Amino acid sequence: MLDQYIPLMITLVLAMGLGGTILALSLFLGPRRPSAIKGEIFECGNETSGEARERFNVKFYLVAILFLVFDIEAVFVYPWALVFNESVMQKSDFTPLLVFGEMMVFIGIILVGLIYCWRKGALDWNR
Amino acid sequence: MFLELTENILTTVPLSFHIFMALASFTVLGACGVAFSQNIVYSAFSLLATFAGMVGLFGFLSNDFLAIVQLMVYVGGILVVILFAVMLTNKISEVQSSNPSNNIIAGLCLMGLLLTVLVTSVFSYDWQTREPGPYEPTAAKIGDAFLGPYLINFEIAGLMLLVALLAAVVVARKEVKFIEDNEAQDKG
Repeated sequence: MLDQYIPLMITLVLAMGLGGTILALSLFLGPRRPSAIKGEIFECGNETSGEARERFNVKFYLVAILFLVFDIEAVFVYPWALVFNESVMQKSDFTPLLVFGEMMVFIGIILVGLIYCWRKGALDWNR
Repeated sequence: MFLELTENILTTVPLSFHIFMALASFTVLGACGVAFSQNIVYSAFSLLATFAGMVGLFGFLSNDFLAIVQLMVYVGGILVVILFAVMLTNKISEVQSSNPSNNIIAGLCLMGLLLTVLVTSVFSYDWQTREPGPYEPTAAKIGDAFLGPYLINFEIAGLMLLVALLAAVVVARKEVKFIEDNEAQDKG
């Protein structure tokens, strides 16, 4: 079972190793001449304003919840897609129409929620 | 001597044990970060390590679908929601007091109780050890189950998501209106 994960582990080791090596190289080889301007927080070239830790608007939370709902929807599509592929290849007991229709019902239910959000103006930031 | 010891451990104990210990300690260290950090923002970020460690544990137990769900929903979704919730808290800018340890005695009592339950259940259950089966992807089987015996449950899951969506809009928009009314009052 572990053999399956060897490519993943090699990727992990390479990614961590490469990142670590580059950081270590710049730490040891790069010249360090700190100045007040260099030490400033980078904010796309603008002068920084305000604190880093400010209270967020509650609207962000609504967007995050909406994202979470559609995230979970995407998770449900993942096993469905495998079955749909099998049924199209005629390797499954289910007909493609049934498999497709099931997901359409599922997405349709959530679509009702999306339409409700839209009509209520939940997607409109300035309202 | 140390090298000999390491070699001994590496040869006598299976590799899977070391991988499990590495993943488990990563998860537990993340959880410790959540519990012991003085700053609630750091606590929320430590949760990332805990969730990522759990992705590894699920993958290690060859449950690929749960690992993906953990990655997509918890690391990608719930963590963002938690971070936003943290950033919504009232005194977020006061770093020192954002995550104080209150009621240490009550917490220790609760911890002891939970520990007793966990330890007794671990030792009272008759654990069967067996050889791990061949690795098989689980997602397709879950998809089959969604279409067969659990079709109704699958659609009900959709309904639950719909309820969550509607509730989020109703509650959060009320809140936005409430805050805006307050701001208008403050100005006027």
